[in-house]
Amino acid sequence: MINCKGLTKQYGPLRAVDDLSFCVEPGEVLGFLGPNGAGKTTTMRIIAGFITPTAGSVSVCGYDVESQSIQVKSRIGYLPEGAPCYPEMTPLSFLRFVADVRGIQGSKRASRLDEVIGQLHLESILEQNIDTLSKGFKRRVGLAQALLHDPDVLILDEPTDGLDPNQKFDVRQLIRSMSANKIVVISTHALEEVSAVCNRALIIARGRILADDTPEGLEQKSRFHNAVTIKLKNAAETRAVNSAVTALGEVASTEIDIDAGRLTAFPAPNQRPLNAISQLAAQENWDLAELHLESGRLDEVFRTVTGGAST
Amino acid sequence: MNGAFAVLKRELRGYFLTPVAYVFIVIFLISANWLAFGVGFLYERGQADLSPFFTFHPWLFLFLVPALSMRLWAEERKSGSIELLMTLPLKAWQAVLGKFLAAWLFTALAITLTFPIWITINYLGAPDNGAILAGYVGSILMAGGFLAVGSCLSAGTKNQVIAFILSVIVCFVLLAAGYQFVLDAFSAWLPPIVVDGIASLGFLTHFEDISKGVIDLRDIVYFGLLIGACLYANTLVLSIKQAD
Repeated sequence: MINCKGLTKQYGPLRAVDDLSFCVEPGEVLGFLGPNGAGKTTTMRIIAGFITPTAGSVSVCGYDVESQSIQVKSRIGYLPEGAPCYPEMTPLSFLRFVADVRGIQGSKRASRLDEVIGQLHLESILEQNIDTLSKGFKRRVGLAQALLHDPDVLILDEPTDGLDPNQKFDVRQLIRSMSANKIVVISTHALEEVSAVCNRALIIARGRILADDTPEGLEQKSRFHNAVTIKLKNAAETRAVNSAVTALGEVASTEIDIDAGRLTAFPAPNQRPLNAISQLAAQENWDLAELHLESGRLDEVFRTVTGGAST
Repeated sequence: MNGAFAVLKRELRGYFLTPVAYVFIVIFLISANWLAFGVGFLYERGQADLSPFFTFHPWLFLFLVPALSMRLWAEERKSGSIELLMTLPLKAWQAVLGKFLAAWLFTALAITLTFPIWITINYLGAPDNGAILAGYVGSILMAGGFLAVGSCLSAGTKNQVIAFILSVIVCFVLLAAGYQFVLDAFSAWLPPIVVDGIASLGFLTHFEDISKGVIDLRDIVYFGLLIGACLYANTLVLSIKQAD
């Protein structure tokens, strides 16, 4: 369990983290969301023991980060922001170094190295200098380092930044597959990542928690939640359809995106207009190109919650 | 201790993975021999000892050792790898010690590679090899002192140039404290006991004792304490930066 109490970090006049308190339990994959400068990286650095907080405390698996840092650090796998490495080393010698420092020895060392090298598909670049690797490979070497000791707690600062879509998919699969009995905390700018891997999301801005919910819970806060989007094959009919849809009791309002030719009907409070609209479509014989239910848009919730603010 | 050893191993290999090791060793060997023969007239003096060789070591180290120590921490800070190192389950002193010992071993290797000059002097005459060995011990100890100062100053910055300049200045002060002309400037207005104190804080006093072939426990203790104090300060700098 990670338990943060009243975390505060002051950098001169700037309060990067402001009285942050939260708990994370095993099995949770917590996504940190927030605009740049919100305090995500600072919070992760404090949990990982790289910087000490100005006030407040963190315990990881029952150990205090400041007074029992070695116990904490040996239970955490940490990927720092930007995945820094030693550029003159090869991934293999780098991972061996990390294994040595973590005291992983003998046959365990060889099997753990094989496992993470396989999990992150590093076989082809093991003997290449790290500074000659692509951004994606560097990130994966950083991830391999964090997974090497099969830690109970994973703190990953932007784990999929710089990866191509296939690699992103692989890494997300990997995180999901490991998350059953671990604590995983990731920070990300990619909102789809939150829906894909996290079962809990924290939106923070200016060092404070603005929302703490499941990704589905956040989506429900969106005005798009349960909205229905329609596209007609003949765009000229959109206006007629619009007035018919607006007349429905389940619909509070509609919006038309002229360029895309899409009509979105927003539900009245506690209503799901999908059935009513699809029945209407059948009755009226609309020539539909699209008809779908919106689950809610995280980016819109994110903008609303953070007030469109970037600090 | 395993952690410190792992850091030591990584650092030591790191020297040879980059041109640092080769450039340093070549420059060191060329300058050390040039100073001994060209400036110290080792050959022309007609005496079978290596004092013209060891005399210049403090001045050679003044510039070469900070060039080695400046990167110890500043480079890690600049590249961000310090975040990785300090979040591994290592005590700060283990990282400090591992890095320092790797740099010291490397310097000792460079100093040892001057052995042809020892062969030469033995070919030319019959030197006191015990005194020469003492000279090497003194030289390595002094390099350790310079390195510890440099490592501590490197921990405070991510700029290697700043680390280099600060190290040269501090090492110069420590070196100059043992020179007669500096002591004369003080003896005019300070009581002799203070002047002796200043002299005993300097590198030179202790280095010269040893390089004359007299390995005095006090000189070894001096370098030991100096190195210990600097490395302790080094861990303090790291923890201050951590809370910064």
